[in-house]
Amino acid sequence: MDRAAIIGVGMTKIEANKNRETFADMAWEAVNKALNDAGMSIDDIDNVITTSSDFWDGRTISCMAVGDAAGAADKNTSCVEGDGTYGAFYGYVRTLSGSYKTTLVVGHSKGSQCISSLITNAAFDPIYERVLGLDMITACAMQANAYLNRTGLKPEHMAMVSVKNHRNALKNPMSQLPMNITVEDVLKSEMIADPLRKLDCSPVSDGCCAIVIAHESVASKFRQKPVWIRGLSFCTDSFFFGDRDLSRSNSLVEAAKAAYKMAGIEDPKMEIDVVELYDAFSYQELLWLEEMGMTAYGNAARLLEKGEFDMEGPLPVNPSGGLLAGHPVIAAGLYRIAEVVMQLRGDAGEHQVKKAGTGLAHGVNGLCGQSHCVWILDKER
Amino acid sequence: MEKTKIFEGIEPMIYNSMINVPYSWWAGDTASKFFISLRDDKKIIATRCGKCRKVFIPPRKVCPTCFKENTEWVDVSDEGTLVSYSVARRQLASIPKDKKVPVIWGLIKLDGADTAMLHYLGEVNPGEVVIGMRVKAVFTELRTGGIRDISHFKPVR
Amino acid sequence: MAKRVAIVGTGQTFHKSHRPDVNGQELINEAVQRALADTNLTMKDIDVVLIGNMDHFEGINYVDCWSVDGSGGVMKPVIKLTTGGTTGASLAIGGYHMVGSGMFEKALIIGWEKNSESDTTGAITTAFDPIWDRQVFAGAISGLAAEAQAYMARYGASDRDGARVSVRDRKHAMNNPHAQLRKEVILEDVLASPMLADPIHLLDVCPRTDGACAVIMVSEDVAGKICSKPDWIWGTAARHSYAYLSDASFGRLTSMEKCAKEIFKKAGIKESRKEIDVIELYQPYSFAGLIWIEDMGIIGHGEAPQYVWDGNTDMGGELPINPSGGVISCNPIGATGLIRCAEAALQVMGKAEARQVPDVNFAVSTGFGGCFWTDMLLHGKNKPN
Repeated sequence: MDRAAIIGVGMTKIEANKNRETFADMAWEAVNKALNDAGMSIDDIDNVITTSSDFWDGRTISCMAVGDAAGAADKNTSCVEGDGTYGAFYGYVRTLSGSYKTTLVVGHSKGSQCISSLITNAAFDPIYERVLGLDMITACAMQANAYLNRTGLKPEHMAMVSVKNHRNALKNPMSQLPMNITVEDVLKSEMIADPLRKLDCSPVSDGCCAIVIAHESVASKFRQKPVWIRGLSFCTDSFFFGDRDLSRSNSLVEAAKAAYKMAGIEDPKMEIDVVELYDAFSYQELLWLEEMGMTAYGNAARLLEKGEFDMEGPLPVNPSGGLLAGHPVIAAGLYRIAEVVMQLRGDAGEHQVKKAGTGLAHGVNGLCGQSHCVWILDKER
Repeated sequence: MEKTKIFEGIEPMIYNSMINVPYSWWAGDTASKFFISLRDDKKIIATRCGKCRKVFIPPRKVCPTCFKENTEWVDVSDEGTLVSYSVARRQLASIPKDKKVPVIWGLIKLDGADTAMLHYLGEVNPGEVVIGMRVKAVFTELRTGGIRDISHFKPVR
Repeated sequence: MAKRVAIVGTGQTFHKSHRPDVNGQELINEAVQRALADTNLTMKDIDVVLIGNMDHFEGINYVDCWSVDGSGGVMKPVIKLTTGGTTGASLAIGGYHMVGSGMFEKALIIGWEKNSESDTTGAITTAFDPIWDRQVFAGAISGLAAEAQAYMARYGASDRDGARVSVRDRKHAMNNPHAQLRKEVILEDVLASPMLADPIHLLDVCPRTDGACAVIMVSEDVAGKICSKPDWIWGTAARHSYAYLSDASFGRLTSMEKCAKEIFKKAGIKESRKEIDVIELYQPYSFAGLIWIEDMGIIGHGEAPQYVWDGNTDMGGELPINPSGGVISCNPIGATGLIRCAEAALQVMGKAEARQVPDVNFAVSTGFGGCFWTDMLLHGKNKPN
């Protein structure tokens, strides 16, 4: 198979409420940043993939809002509805299928414009479940309880993730919630749904991110040294919670395995230098690290406590602050990819990690991590 | 975003709307049979795959593993084991108006079924809920053929 | 190296205005089972699932996640594309790139809609910008009426010309057991039917349908093993331009013009009228059957009415259009664009039964949606170069 690389990234600051900007304004900003970063003009872009959600945007055909601002007006274009990592996956295959050499992928969301509880409640089955009134938070609380019960861990262990990620965000000017907090602060914050307290939960934010993917034959022609896409995969588990073991994540195990295989990675915890994963809730960082093979099941908290996943540690996780520090749904996965790209290029500024040759970016779709998408990126070809 | 001079002093405007897109979802024959059994007989029934013998709640027309139509219906118990739970403390927008926090949901594996179902836990304090506890369905008096014909699951003491 | 891609099988439900016997998942499953049976493949053989619908018509968020029991996607890569009315065509194009990249060998593509369960106009109105356009726009029909009016004013066409297209498609549907509306209409029926938005009558437009369609696309490495006469995808194109109604140029579908030029140039097709054997056109209302084939370059501007009246686009004519009966005979929106692709594939594969056009070498299928968007695919009997 041919290879492809990411040659430009651009992101807006993640904020609680961008009340002066529409979806298109955000896309305009992110796209221009990505093009400048790549040293390209919009004419160098062969096709455009937008990523959005009709539900989150409150409009059917949500891609209509950003097409022009994303430069898609006279180009081949399409839209993925799902997390940004999935949109980028489609962008990747479009770069390799022989029709296009460069692909711009954009993802946006404005959480400030909707009532997220109602939006996520709509993901539940309308016939058997929806009327019960669960939403993403209460559903993930159910998963957190299953995880704590299975591993014997306590809320203090989850809280450590929140402390680390908010602290990391102090060094990321694009994040929404840089904070110096302690485990006690987390355990004193409002209980939203046992065991998830306010500081265990990500906010629902406004933001937009854009990346440029290029075929190997043109990847080195522009401004940046390309960051190579070594492996990628996605996998979706059963829908009904009762069909799967909520305390585990089979689909992440499979997606990670397939991505590692494609990338030729045999020992991820030794070969991956930096991870940006989808920590919508604090417990998820622990569970996802385990299921993607970075450590044994139930062991992530112990390593976290030892500082293994700190910015200065052997395997930095979410040096950007992750979703806990800012969560524009849908765009979030693209931010993860963009952050890893910047790390591998040495462009992450104050939150740059020391060793960054190979990185992992991760996105989630659906309730309680039903579907996962894993990307392995590398500085070297 | 760079705030240019042009926009200085201009108040950000907001347009409010409630998107009103009414729905009615056809339950289909499989779900209809399940709900009629709840409504008329206070009995919980499930479908079983002829090939792998797995018993599904909610009932499925087609086995997701074998991808063949499930033609057998079986009774399952109204009693089961709690697989996990969730307690809302904040009155989130998705919670139905008749339920006031704390609201407890459970993932319950009924005896005889291979998959668990979501529902409410009731007649129990959040602090008393333990994964692995035994619970039993409580039906409402007035049943209309929906998942809330079961009112909640209570602990089996 | 990129791979060449072929369609080796299709499956559709027997589309109806209401399917109360099944929920959305079960509807999807019917189409999927039929596509698998058509190819003698099992779900185990499928490497990736693409699915789409228009969210607000079913009121379900994260449909790709919700539908896995029906789509067969459990523990597989599943992805959702959604582009409004043209979703089905965008999905077909998506499958082409997924397989063409070499990442997946066999793709299952599903489009579906359970339109009977929702308020279509209410949902479509949310497509339009809430601040500028939504309050003045009245569903999909107004935009189409504006287009028809502009065309009629420029070229002297009348509502009789539109009606002739309806008559053709409703007649073609009689050959298609999957179509929803299987009753012929005569010109007078169309003109006498209630006026919706001048000049569009009720019988000029598409119905609301519950239905699903599934298409299996595979890499050239395995196409021959699965099917003796695969349908090769020669090219795909899409133009989704402009976001505000005021930017549209009514009376010409510029997105169609651009897609056709791109695809035909890439394939080396110089005289589309002669070289294309059949078109499955996403034609949500009758006048589109005149305007958009001109924009496609089949016939000159203003010449379509005569071309159609002369019988050229009927079965047995020089270039049959919509042998399936098209969108006015059947419209499960999320599936409709994919049905056009499936029907074009059936034509190339020689499996179109009573609606088969003889000796098909090239077929075209299109999608339409949003604000005058076009998606287009070129299908061919032979492997592309």
